[in-house]
Amino acid sequence: MAKEATHLGKVKRGKDVVALNIIAYGFSGLIALLCLIPFLMILAGSFSSESAITANGFSLLPQDLSLEAYKTVFKEPIVVLRAYATTIVLTAVGTAIGLLIQTMTAYVLSRKDFEWRNKFSFFFYFTTLFSGGLVPTFILYTQTLKLQDNYLALLLPLVFSVYNLLVMKSYISSIPDSLVESARIDGCGEVRTLFQIVLPLIQPALATVGLFIALAYWNDWYNAMLYIKAEEKYPLQYFLYQQVNNIESYKKLISNNAVNSAVVSSMSLPTQTLKMALTIVVTGPIILAFPMVQKYFVQGITIGAVKG
Amino acid sequence: MKEKSGVKGFLKKLHKYRIYLLMLAPAVIYTLVFAYYPMTGIVMAFKKYNYSGGIWGSPWNGLENFKFFFKSGQAGLVTRNTVLYNIAFILVGTFTQVAVAVFLTEIHGKKFRKISQSMMFLPYFISWVIVGVMAFNIFSSDYGFINRIITSLGGEKVAFYTTPQAWPFILLFFNIWKGVGYGSVMYLAAIMGIDTSVYEAASIDGANVFQRIFKVTIPMIMPTMIILLLMSVGGIFKGNFDMFYNLVGSNGLLYNYTDVIDTLAMRALISSNDFGMSAAIGLFQSVLCFATVTIVNKLVGLYDRDYALF
Repeated sequence: MAKEATHLGKVKRGKDVVALNIIAYGFSGLIALLCLIPFLMILAGSFSSESAITANGFSLLPQDLSLEAYKTVFKEPIVVLRAYATTIVLTAVGTAIGLLIQTMTAYVLSRKDFEWRNKFSFFFYFTTLFSGGLVPTFILYTQTLKLQDNYLALLLPLVFSVYNLLVMKSYISSIPDSLVESARIDGCGEVRTLFQIVLPLIQPALATVGLFIALAYWNDWYNAMLYIKAEEKYPLQYFLYQQVNNIESYKKLISNNAVNSAVVSSMSLPTQTLKMALTIVVTGPIILAFPMVQKYFVQGITIGAVKG
Repeated sequence: MKEKSGVKGFLKKLHKYRIYLLMLAPAVIYTLVFAYYPMTGIVMAFKKYNYSGGIWGSPWNGLENFKFFFKSGQAGLVTRNTVLYNIAFILVGTFTQVAVAVFLTEIHGKKFRKISQSMMFLPYFISWVIVGVMAFNIFSSDYGFINRIITSLGGEKVAFYTTPQAWPFILLFFNIWKGVGYGSVMYLAAIMGIDTSVYEAASIDGANVFQRIFKVTIPMIMPTMIILLLMSVGGIFKGNFDMFYNLVGSNGLLYNYTDVIDTLAMRALISSNDFGMSAAIGLFQSVLCFATVTIVNKLVGLYDRDYALF
């Protein structure tokens, strides 16, 4: 940032500068707004009354402000909470295991005294070039390993990725070799060197790769679509996918199970606004966590681009 | 130091590296089971699959699966769609990302820059399922925002979900939308890395701000652009299944304009349970991908040895 301030500071503010400023602010502002607007529209829809949406359609601001849609979601909160719990546990466990495996592997592949490191590196790289594809993988999970409706079918596909391995490896490679070697001379074993010397030095990479893995778990619906049939095992995003695409059955589920079910007919429940409210309930936490984690992603993108 | 050759030397090294090998073991086993073992499953492309026989016991049927895939005309359609979509995504995406990066660095207001960058990054964090809801919110025939505007201006509603011609634009929009914040980070980093003395020299020579952008900034980030472009070309036969499935779903009316290799392979597997056919489509794609990645990697290596993967 300082760099750029100096080079911009020296330019005289002529007509060209004013013109550029208008274009730069205008263009960036427009793109930024376009990125935000779909979020606002969902938010506005979720706080609107069903009748207003049916009559006028969705808009940028809530119409006829109403909490009906949220009340409907929380008439039967257990299904949403269950999906949340599934995703939270999966994300936590998957990220922990994934980080451990990726760090160990990256550490070994970046050790210069390991003669076979290039061979092993290629062993991993090759899988990004060629893959068996959808069907053999599907058969492996469903028929060979029989993991249908098993949480492992959601955990395993995302636990290891060569891209994350590369990010981790290029970060570990940037640690001076002398540090590791002096630890070795002091009689520190491989495992202790990794956990006591290297690990504290690669905390930014741990945060970045950890968040990449966590985001992949959090947003995963694909593996659930392939391997999970039991509704009570749906993770969050697939739960949303199912409910939004079969909103009538979701409404029936709510009206049948509602805790305070005096007489709730599914007909009386909102439809379009319910979809929006459910989407907000599912998206909310990640949007709130976003300002804290953004910088780690920015970091990861730039590290990942440098080949390990 | 000369290493002993042969079995003895190998065993000695095995012992020497035992801790390293143990640390590698989980990743190696994982990769063998979930990446290499499925590669043997490509034989299914040449078989008439049945459940009782499994991968190995099912009878061979030669090139039948491929014949069907190619003769039905689907091969041409989905390959064309996949490639055209990817070309559009790469070109428009790169243009937008570079423009955003260039303009963001020209903005003096720190707050404005920070906030707009955060807003652009937001779409990267959400799943395509949510983007699917957003698309419905905007383009739905009965309740969509666009149709609300059209009718309020006195126009006729457009049934986007039954108008295939509209979808290349809708898909392009959401693809650019989701990737702009993420993609521009690379270019921002490249611009930050430009030596300030180059700019000083340019301003002494009397360059105006636009000349500075087109004569200094763009040429200086050209290497980054070329590398990233080449890398994305490597994936030109891969359709973004997440996106197509969530935005288009099983809306058959749109398929002519929206079906890509990945969605067709998935339908063959899930909807028609035609494992052989789906495997044939998958193999067709894997081979195309392998060929393009290999060629692209050669090109990247020719351009800048440091970036080639192997």
